Amino acid sequence: MKDNHREAYIEEASELLCELEAALLALEKDPGNQDLIGRVFRALHTVKGSGAMFGFDTIASFAHALETAFDNIRAGHVRITAELIGITLDARDHIQELLRAPDGTNGELKRVSEQILNRLRRAAPIPANAPPQPCVEPAPPATSSSRQETRTYRIRFDPQPGIFLNGTNPILLLQELAQLGDCSLIAHMDRIPRLSEFQPDQCYTHWDAVLTTPADENAIRDVFIFVEDRARIAVQQIADGAAPERRRLGEILVDRGELSSESAEKCLQKPLAGQILVEASLVTQDRVDTALLEQHHVDAIRERSVKADAASTLRVPAAKLDALVNVVGELVTVQARLSSYALASNDTEIGFIAEEIERLTEHLRESAMSIRMLPIGDTFSRFRRLVRDLSAELGKEAELVTEGNETELDKTVIEQLRDPLVHLIRNALDHGIETPQHRAALGKPPAGKVRLSARHSGAFVVIEVGDDGAGMNRDAIRARAVERGIIPRDAVLGDQEIFALTLAPGFSTAPEVTAVSGRGVGMDVVQRGLDALRGTLKIASTPGQGTAITLKIPLTLAIIEGLLVDVGDRSFVLPLANISGCMEMESGRQAEGRNSLMEVRGALVPYLRLRERFAIPGEPPPIQQVIVAETSQGKHAFVVDRILGNLHAVIKKLGQLYRHVEEVSGATILGDGTIALVLDVDKLARRVLR
Amino acid sequence: MVGFTLRSGGYEVIEAFDGADALKRLAAPVHMVLTDLNMPNMDGIQLIQAIRALPQYRYLPIVMLTTESHEGRKQAGKAAGATGWIVKPFRPEQLLGVVKKVLG
Repeated sequence: MKDNHREAYIEEASELLCELEAALLALEKDPGNQDLIGRVFRALHTVKGSGAMFGFDTIASFAHALETAFDNIRAGHVRITAELIGITLDARDHIQELLRAPDGTNGELKRVSEQILNRLRRAAPIPANAPPQPCVEPAPPATSSSRQETRTYRIRFDPQPGIFLNGTNPILLLQELAQLGDCSLIAHMDRIPRLSEFQPDQCYTHWDAVLTTPADENAIRDVFIFVEDRARIAVQQIADGAAPERRRLGEILVDRGELSSESAEKCLQKPLAGQILVEASLVTQDRVDTALLEQHHVDAIRERSVKADAASTLRVPAAKLDALVNVVGELVTVQARLSSYALASNDTEIGFIAEEIERLTEHLRESAMSIRMLPIGDTFSRFRRLVRDLSAELGKEAELVTEGNETELDKTVIEQLRDPLVHLIRNALDHGIETPQHRAALGKPPAGKVRLSARHSGAFVVIEVGDDGAGMNRDAIRARAVERGIIPRDAVLGDQEIFALTLAPGFSTAPEVTAVSGRGVGMDVVQRGLDALRGTLKIASTPGQGTAITLKIPLTLAIIEGLLVDVGDRSFVLPLANISGCMEMESGRQAEGRNSLMEVRGALVPYLRLRERFAIPGEPPPIQQVIVAETSQGKHAFVVDRILGNLHAVIKKLGQLYRHVEEVSGATILGDGTIALVLDVDKLARRVLR
Repeated sequence: MVGFTLRSGGYEVIEAFDGADALKRLAAPVHMVLTDLNMPNMDGIQLIQAIRALPQYRYLPIVMLTTESHEGRKQAGKAAGATGWIVKPFRPEQLLGVVKKVLG
């Protein structure tokens, strides 16, 4: 039990140390900022307080000294200096060391503690007039001021029938409106005439929207600025703030002017007001739906706001989550079996049940996967320290700019991404960003920028590491590759191919080995890390302007969407995310052989027969299927016997025996209980080229 | 400036020196027309009317460049079937904003 608590403390403290580091780095840029000083103080205070509670006495007393110093800074007795921030950063690292050896008996650690505290005493002497025990409770963190003020509006967009005739597309305007905030939209189609009277170039639809947004009414009206005289547009504010008041349906209808308050009074005594009103023909069903939509919208906004206030998060060990995902995986497999059985059985009752189970399983699968999703921002902000320390070490100035911190991806993926990102950032600082003098001579600002950005793109996350440094030197890379015998002297290569050479193991063009990079380990580590994540990498570089490296990584590793194919009596799964198309191939039309090419939409694409690759006996059918996939080596085609369809494949690792079979990334159990191998198209494509 | 901004926004641009020239160049399929109102040979309003008369461009987004002082010309342009307008002078991001508004 006690160990549980200690573990919880260590985890909490690690998070606090991250927060401490972030606050210190921000404070370094903006030394007078009281909010930041408060953040540092609170982090130290909590480290100390919980440390004492769980028996981490060494940490508690160490953090206490730091807390005292920052309390004096907060009170204005001591001025914050760069030196003091440096000491506190060292102290933060030291606390992390102490967490690993919590008994504090280690003599070396004690000596370091003393050393840091001595430096601290010199940099931040305790003033005579300061109170002796400054263990005051930290001020509550500022809340509402940082949160954006939102308002809720109801908007009616009622275009004239002829609105299409001046080239307006109402859908685009509604999309623009929806981008302003949380938007619920309902289309009214009661004016659509019968087909015989229907004019396709007339707009018969009008829309009601309920929008919660930080934008003001003018911004909303601006959306419709071009159609002001071709449509009726009504914008009305209905609530202020993040938690709008919930109102009854009747009230909303009266407020919207759809119903007189007298009629409402008569009917609203009873339950299910909407239904009664419709029956009494006081309002149409359509109008009631709109009012209901508004009610639901407000409910959702309220609920979210309440949740944010309570900040109700739950700390769960990762192993429990993994177990859950595993069970969900098994369930997906069993559900697939049930569905295929139901389909074959002709029993409608079991068909219904199977469909229902399928729907629920899908829902459960999505929820389970979403629990594993974390925003990447935490990982990004850890690199701030890396950039600060490395640039100091290299005598350079650099700033880390991050974008898309809120982008979510699977926890395991985030963890495995850390090492490749560290290498890429190191490369950017060491090879990319020039020294301040050099930059000034080139007319660039002395401080370089390293940019880390993340965004979603379909089932992938795209992460970009960019710098505004010197860019890659094509000639140097080429010369080095020739020297090392990677390419022949007369090879003709495009930019992408030249840049890709840097991914070879042991490749480095740095003229000398520095402590940071140039030892030739780096890009190949990145490539290997990405392979494990089934991701791809692209390099773009402009001399004098910088380099951008783009990583494309699947959102999750545990369950993939795949295409199930048959070759002979074997089944294989190809990841759907890679597949760009399917086509047919008549046998005899293509030459046999390994390095054959086939024509796909006007381009020649290398293809591989899975039957040959996996030595499956038997004759292929007269018409074979071809799957075209995007791989890290460009487009490739794979020839199979039959395509069976899509499935959600729960990927299971293969045993030790198969660890050298590169082209197979795992296996999955099919609905009928048989096993299909999950293929790695990148590795297959590399084999084709070899 | 307009061509440069649009190209840097990722759009392909066909430029024409007046209304009559623009109408000729519409043989190649386009997704949007951006026109000044004051042009020799065929002015912007005539151009808009001519484009709207072409069956394949009845629903084409057309944006006109206007000035604050010519409210009447703007009304004429709207009546001729312009989808939207930009008041000169404008910043590059305003132009891209309007293009996104009418083109998606």
